[in-house]
Order: sequence, then C-alpha cells, then structure tokens
Amino acid sequence: MDLKYSEEYEAYRAELRAFLAANWPPKGAGAELSFREQAAVFRQHAIDAGYVARGIPKQYGGSERAADVLKARIIAEEFRRAKAPGEVRGIGASMLVPTLIEKGAEWQKERFVPPTIRGEMVWCQGYSEPGSGSDLASLQTRAELVGDEWVINGHKVWTSGADQADFMFCLCRTEPEAKKHGGISYLLIDMKSPGIEVRPLRQMTGTADFCEVFFSDVRTPKDHIVGKRGEGWIVSRSTLKHERDMIGSAESSLLTFRNLVRLAQSTQRGGRPAIEDPAIRQELAEIEGYVRSHVYSGYRQLTAASKGGSAGIASMLNKLTSSNIGHRISRLALELVGDAGLCSPNGDPIMSVNPRGESGWVTQYMWSLGIAIAGGTANIQRNIIAERGLGLPRERAAQESR
Amino acid sequence: MDFGLSEEQELLQETLRSFIARDCPPTRLREIFDADAGHDPAHWNALVEMGVAGLVIPEAYGGAGLELLDLALVAEVLGEGAFPSPFFGHSLASLAIVLGGSDAQKESWLPRLASGDVLGTIAFGEGDESWDPSAWQMRRVDEKLTGMKGYVPHANVADLIVVGLAGGELALVERSAEGVKLEAIDAVDRTRPLYKLSLDAVVAEVLAVAAASRVRDAGLVLLAADAFGSASKLVEMSVEYAKTRQQFGQVIGQFQAVKHQLADMTTAIEPARGLFWHAAYAFDHLPDEAERGAALAKAHLTDVFMQTARDAVEAHGGIGFTWESDVQIWFKRAMFDRAFLGTPPGHRERAATLAGW
Repeated sequence: MDLKYSEEYEAYRAELRAFLAANWPPKGAGAELSFREQAAVFRQHAIDAGYVARGIPKQYGGSERAADVLKARIIAEEFRRAKAPGEVRGIGASMLVPTLIEKGAEWQKERFVPPTIRGEMVWCQGYSEPGSGSDLASLQTRAELVGDEWVINGHKVWTSGADQADFMFCLCRTEPEAKKHGGISYLLIDMKSPGIEVRPLRQMTGTADFCEVFFSDVRTPKDHIVGKRGEGWIVSRSTLKHERDMIGSAESSLLTFRNLVRLAQSTQRGGRPAIEDPAIRQELAEIEGYVRSHVYSGYRQLTAASKGGSAGIASMLNKLTSSNIGHRISRLALELVGDAGLCSPNGDPIMSVNPRGESGWVTQYMWSLGIAIAGGTANIQRNIIAERGLGLPRERAAQESR
Repeated sequence: MDFGLSEEQELLQETLRSFIARDCPPTRLREIFDADAGHDPAHWNALVEMGVAGLVIPEAYGGAGLELLDLALVAEVLGEGAFPSPFFGHSLASLAIVLGGSDAQKESWLPRLASGDVLGTIAFGEGDESWDPSAWQMRRVDEKLTGMKGYVPHANVADLIVVGLAGGELALVERSAEGVKLEAIDAVDRTRPLYKLSLDAVVAEVLAVAAASRVRDAGLVLLAADAFGSASKLVEMSVEYAKTRQQFGQVIGQFQAVKHQLADMTTAIEPARGLFWHAAYAFDHLPDEAERGAALAKAHLTDVFMQTARDAVEAHGGIGFTWESDVQIWFKRAMFDRAFLGTPPGHRERAATLAGW
C-alpha cells in the first residue's frame, strides 16, 4: 500500500498541468468565443494531446490511448481542479459510444461516434416503458420490418433529454414469436422522424427533467440496428453496466458530504451553529464512516483494475452504497433546513453535489429517491448482489418468466 | 498509488487462515469457548512461530519490523475465526514499548515479547467507560502503583501488564510482582476473557515516552480490523445457511426478503474494508489523519459488526438464538469489539472535535 503516485505518474500529472495552464481558459482571440465554442476548441486540443476520448480509436475521432486507470484518475482530478471541459457528458458519450465501439457496424461507428464525442450529436435512451420497469425485458414497443425500414409503435418513459436529443437508442420488440429476452433489437432512431411525440414528464420535485416518447408508425432505416435481430438485450447489457459505474461515483458522495458539513456549520439551531449540537455531530460522523468506506472501496477497485484484476463483489455494491449515502445525507439536510422543508422547492436543477440554498436541499431530498430508482432500483441492486455476488438462487417467478 | 495488499501480506493472511481452519475449526473453538482458559497455549505457540508475536517489533529486537497494517490484517483473520487468543493485548503491550520505551526498556522487553517468552497485555480502562488516557486516575507514588483497573484481556496468562496512568503515562507491571491481584470477570466474549486488576503498592517502572494515545489508536484499528473479519464471516455463514435451509419447499435463499437482507449485510460491511486499511496505513504514514481515522474506523466498523451480528441471528432463525449455534460466538465478539476501548458515540464525538466541527 502506498497512497502516493509513482514518479512516472507525477511526471504525467505535471505535463498535464502545463497543458491545462496553456490551454484553459482560452486566451487572446479564443477568449472572445462563446463558452460552447471555447469548449469545442479546447476539447479538440485535449483529444489531440491524449487526455480526452482515450478509449476511442483515432479513426473515430478519439485519442486511442492504452487503458490506464491511474492516468484516467489523474486526468479527472486535474480537469476538475482547472474547471476545464473534459469528456462530453451525457448518455450518448457515456453509454452509446462504448456500445457502438464494442458491437456496432463499421459505418455506424464512423457516422455516430465522432460527432457524439465532440458533443455535436445528442442522444436519449429508449428503454423503460410504463409496463416495463425493473422487468425491462418484458417491453412491448414493437418494430416491424416493412421493406427497407423498421416501423415502430409504442411508448417509452423516463427518457431524459428526449426533447433535446438528435437521436435515440431504443430497445424494441422485433421478434414477437421469440422468448422474452430473445425478441428484442437495439435500434437507432432519428428524433426528427415523423410520428414521434415527446411530452414532458413532471416528477415530484415540480420540474420536468424527463420525457415520455410516443411512437406512431415511426420509420428508421433497416441498417439502423446495432447487433443482429433479437440480440438487443445482449447489446444493451454493456450500456447498463456503464450507467451503473457512472452513478456509483464515490467522489460525488464525498463532495455532497462536505457541503452537508458546511450546511451544518452555517445553520443556526437554538441560537448556535447546528454543528455544535451533539446529535448532529454524531449523525455527521456516522455518515462520514459510510462516505469514507465508499471512497476507499473506490481506491481499492481502482488499484485492482490498474493491476488488471477486479475487486470482486465490491464493484457490485457501488450503486446501492451511493444511493444509501445520498439518502442519509439529504435526510439530515432536510432536518437542518427545518421550516424550509414545509415549502415547495423552486425549480432547482437536477441532483447536484452542491445544492443551492435551503430549497436546493429540499430538492435534493426528493432527488435522492430518483437516484435510488434510476438505472436499476435499489431492490434490483439487492437482487443482483444476492444472485450474482453471493450466488443465491433466482426467484421462481423470475426464472419462469424467462 | 496502490491501495491494495502486497503478495507477502496476502500470503500472511492465507497462512493464518489455513492454520485456523486446521487447528481451530468450529468444533475446537466451541470447546475453548465452553472452557475457562480463554485460549489454547498450543495455538499461541503456533502464532509465535509464524512471527505474529513480534510482527511490529523492530528487527533489531528480534521482531519482523512490520507496520500496523500487517498487524491489522492478522486481526482481521483472527476475527474471521473468532480465534481465542491473547494476540490483542500482547500486540498493544509490545507497541507501547516500541513507541514509548527507552533503549534500555526496549532491550529488556522487546526480544522476549517477540520470541513469545513474555506474554503481554494492557490495563487501560478504570470502569465507567474511562478508556481515554485523559480519564485515567491511577497514580505512581514513590515508584509504586496502588489502585484498580478493569477489563484487562487475558491477564491470567500475561507476564507483563502495561498500565495506563494519569496524564497518559504508561507503566510496566509484572504479573508475578508482589501486590498484584487478579479477579476474573464473567465476560460475555469467552474468546477474550477479562480480569479486574488490583494493585497494592506494586513496584512499577514508567515508559520513557508517554505514548498512550498512540497505543489507544492502534488498539482501535485492531478492533476495527477484527470487526471487519468477524462480520464478513457472519455474512458468509448466513449465506451458506440460506443456501441449505429449506422452508415452504425451497431453500430460504430463494426468498427475496432473505436475499435482500443478505445483500444489505454485504453492502454494509464489504466497502468498509478500506476504512481499517486506511486507518492502519495512516497510523504509520499520515500522522495528521491517524487519530481521527482510527476513531472513525473503530466507531463505524464495530457498529456495523453489531448490526451484522443481529442480522445474522435473524437470518438463522430459531437456531441462531441457541447456545448451540456458532453465531452466538461472533455475536459476543461484536459486543466486545464495540465496547472495548469505548463505544462508538465517544469516538465519533472525538472525530467531530478533531475535524474542527
């Protein structure tokens, strides 16, 4: 065990710091551009220098560097420190691109990967349906091959960003005769196609951060399928895995916890700072035990990955651990904001590590539930841990509906 | 950046695991638990031969010169086996002399502690949760100690007792000295028997450097490590039980209620492994974080262990509540780990103060 980086990695960090100092924020004429343009110019420099899109081959616009989890971590740390725009965020870059690289046809990679990693093509994900949440493979949205086109009819829900997306990657039932999992295909659909209707879905916080998408005879070309017919379930597995890693970040738990401590320091209770209240101190220290465990478990997984191994069951626990922590943090925050918990939150942004003001923490209190559901509910996580991690048998009902 | 164990550390753990599996399986553990001795001298000799007695004693004094992390990894495996052993008291007594002894004191005691010729233990608490060095009252007058210490582990087999004094000083008392009296306590955890120690004008020498807080921190890390190993074992036992016990015509592990409880137990304990690793590493390498890290690790892991033990009883159903079930042995180990050196709230409050909250 050695928590310092080796000389090789410290040299890499120094080189990266020099790059960031020279390129971000932009100087001279570059500083006159809009933020979006500045980010695009900078990101291209960062790709050329090998700091962004490292896992993407050069022919698809990436920087194609050998996987190195320690370098990836140093890059994340330094980009955050410099507040520089790193990897394009969003479901396209984080979920679709790895799937296409692994399972896509050559033309699909060439056409879709470069604009997506540059942030010019925005995606949404068509998975959940009103009748198919945890039991996703029971989905009913149909796609029928008519001539050279798929004709799609159905209804998707919880579609983040569908109102702004250029394309959707979508799971559809194409083989109605096949068994549940074997009848699904993974299709790519242009969101400007006729027959698509997007409606905002208002969640309990009062704002609408998701959409519902209705398909009436929507058409997409025959070759807009990733993998073969009936392989959609397998193709989609790699994407869900990516989403779990993304949500299970220990870093955000730590940052949110630090902001909770600040909230306790700045809130008054009975004429003195809440942080002097013994009950609050106990609760904070107890939560910190969970947060630190989560962070060190992340270090351990990182170390195992850097040696080409895995930390075993620990990596299956990230999402549940993170949502459990989010829950406890926001529950204590709600207690700290006191009377503000009687008021509706006023349109704060989606889950943040640094909620704004009392209303922000009220929003956070509700969003911590959304996070525990999105990408596989806490109860589904428990099934995965028990069945794949601990080797317990599947439930009969789940076995029989396969 | 390497937050993992070395091959030597993994080998040490594997060696100990196979030793315990062979020499102290549950049947043998049960015999020791039901007897009064609190350990098997042959087991201790075996640990001495493996180098465990002198693990953190410098090589110059016949030890292995390793760090607290190595000692904590031993504690983890002993916890897995609920292994009855004077390891805990001996390790802290040795560390006290390593950290606080003069050259002469080291020369006089460390080689014998490393070779197992001398078995050590510690006498810290004086009752009423007076575990923190700042709470100790025992005074040394005319080079002699008079007073009482409670809850001294394995004092019956110890030759040397490191006694905490007012002001955080540490004194060395030989059990065979005149005026030393031991009284057995009916301790809940029979794998770590406890004694009340009475001293009546006992001649004692004081260690050169007041190292009580450091020794306490090391003790907290070892208890955290023990709690991690023990709790992990309880999860494993509960999972195995759920795979074999049948009710309603199927193994109970197929019921979601049982599955979810086992998944929650795993989620509570497994990520906390790094908490004791980091606290142990900090003890030797990150002085600014050492005290707070030890306090949080002890509070968190012994709390989680206690909850895991309750869940394990529930997962085993009626059999889990019997004396016959092995679960009770670990359940009581949880009670020891949680209360010894102070219950979690005190350590959390100290962690809060150390953070400047």
